[in-house]
Amino acid sequence: MAATTRLEFRDVTKRFANPRQGGFVVAVEGVSLAIADGEVVSLIGPSGCGKSTLLNMGSGLDPASSGEVRVDGELVTKPNKHVAFMLQKDLLLPWRTIVENVELGQEIQRVAGGERRKRALDLLAKCRLPDFAHHYPHQLSGGMRQRAALARTLAVDPTVLLMDEPFSALDAQTKMVLQQDLGRTLADTGKTALLITHDLVEAVAMSDRILVMSQRPGRIIEEIVVEISDRDNPMRRRQHPKVATYIVQLMNLLQIEQAAA
Amino acid sequence: MSKTGSLAMQPGVRKMMAGSALLFVAFLAAWQWGPGLFGIPAFIIPPVSLVWEQFLHMMAHDHLLFHTGITAMQVGVGFVLGVLLGILCGFALGMSPSAEFVLSPYILALQIAPKVAFAPLFIIWFGYTVYPKILVCVLIVFFPVMINVLGAVRALDPDIVRLARSFTANRLQVFWKIEFPAALPPLFAGLRIAATLAVIGVLVGELVGGNIGLGYMLAFAEGAGDTAAVFVTIIMLTLIGIALYGIVVAIEGRVLHYLPARARLAT
Ligand SMILES: Nc1ncnc2c1ncn2[C@@H]1O[C@H](COP(=O)(O)OP(=O)(O)OP(=O)(O)O)[C@@H](O)[C@H]1O
Ligand SMILES: [Mg+2]
Repeated sequence: MAATTRLEFRDVTKRFANPRQGGFVVAVEGVSLAIADGEVVSLIGPSGCGKSTLLNMGSGLDPASSGEVRVDGELVTKPNKHVAFMLQKDLLLPWRTIVENVELGQEIQRVAGGERRKRALDLLAKCRLPDFAHHYPHQLSGGMRQRAALARTLAVDPTVLLMDEPFSALDAQTKMVLQQDLGRTLADTGKTALLITHDLVEAVAMSDRILVMSQRPGRIIEEIVVEISDRDNPMRRRQHPKVATYIVQLMNLLQIEQAAA
Repeated sequence: MSKTGSLAMQPGVRKMMAGSALLFVAFLAAWQWGPGLFGIPAFIIPPVSLVWEQFLHMMAHDHLLFHTGITAMQVGVGFVLGVLLGILCGFALGMSPSAEFVLSPYILALQIAPKVAFAPLFIIWFGYTVYPKILVCVLIVFFPVMINVLGAVRALDPDIVRLARSFTANRLQVFWKIEFPAALPPLFAGLRIAATLAVIGVLVGELVGGNIGLGYMLAFAEGAGDTAAVFVTIIMLTLIGIALYGIVVAIEGRVLHYLPARARLAT
């Protein structure tokens, strides 16, 4: 079974005008990647190498300077219903209750009220927040808010999830619990995901493949296939003896030891 | 939704309310007998009983209610128009940085200019009608509202707008679902300020010219040296202001009910 490609970058370059010094800043250069249906791919690289820039182009919010981005074979020129993104900030709207926040995307896409509410409550139950549906965001902890943000992302039933360091603002324990939830949900629903992270263990525990980027201008310098079973169970996966090997490999690629010396 | 019901039940709150009632009685007593105690004559500070009598007299013979109504109407119309204009301009400028850049020196100049000084000008333009008074009110109400809305649009986290756009929101949806509700808390802060200023705008217009409204009564009482009537007029003006402020606070309580208690301004 040849899996279909869901998200594809073809020789994508992004330049930003640099008004101070004139000329351009090349954020990413010649990036090509393809993510198959149901695959979870992590993207790691030094700070400022253009990871978020790639994700923004994938969501259709920012155009590529050259090259093309495709979702399900279709050229991405503007935001579309198949892609949803999630950031480090939960971006919950303070004037909406949690369930209303979860409904935001569906509301924008004009899903009928009854169906919308049912789906939102369903997802809140799956994200283990059913009792907080009618609370306001300020009444929730950081971890709970991020769960709500995940429910909001899933509510529009996207085929591709783009996540920019979704758990990096959480404490270590909460993070592991949310990784577990996300890993299971992604496996259950068969969604395709591109996950940006600085957490090497998270990258190994969550993904089928890891793409490593270079310093700016960002290029993809290495692709690592994570050959550990139980992708739907990150908690078990992170205890696997092979994890350390992958971490060492990633540290070498990112030249972390040299940077510290 | 509202928590005021349970609030009134609390013994601490009841004690505070009793305290402020007591203070009010003490204030009235001091007003009644205080001036006499210090030998201040009634034409400087009339005792409260005299002011009350004057109030009844003005109600019966001087159409006090009519003049109060005129002033209140002008305050209401001026306030609503000024607020709408302020909201409109606040959003328009907030969404168009280039327009704000071009217009900001003029806005700043107009903001610094004492708005009440425009009253004579407006009277030259529109004569002794209600329009100059309403116009001064509009002008004075406009700024705090516009500045607050503008600031709110500017302060909005662009990532929230990007989130909405990633859900394929169009411009109108971004406005109604994100920008407008996000601007409401600062808007209400601006409305509170505007409510306290609105009466000043109308009053100055009335003082400068015309023969109706509380401003006219105030000028008339001053000419007649009728201190008690001056007091009555000041009190009526204050009551209009309090009523407007009360309405703003009541609406705010309904609209911004989602804010955590500590973020809501104490009334
Ligand atoms: N709107 C912009 N205008 C100009 N330069 C930009 C813009 N957005 C990003 N850049 C530049 O592009 C480069 C890549 O930024 P990006 O945010 O994609 O990095 P990142 O890999 O996500 O970093 P981090 O890991 O710290 O989040 C940076 O050097 C940044 O300064
Ligand atoms: Mg980033």
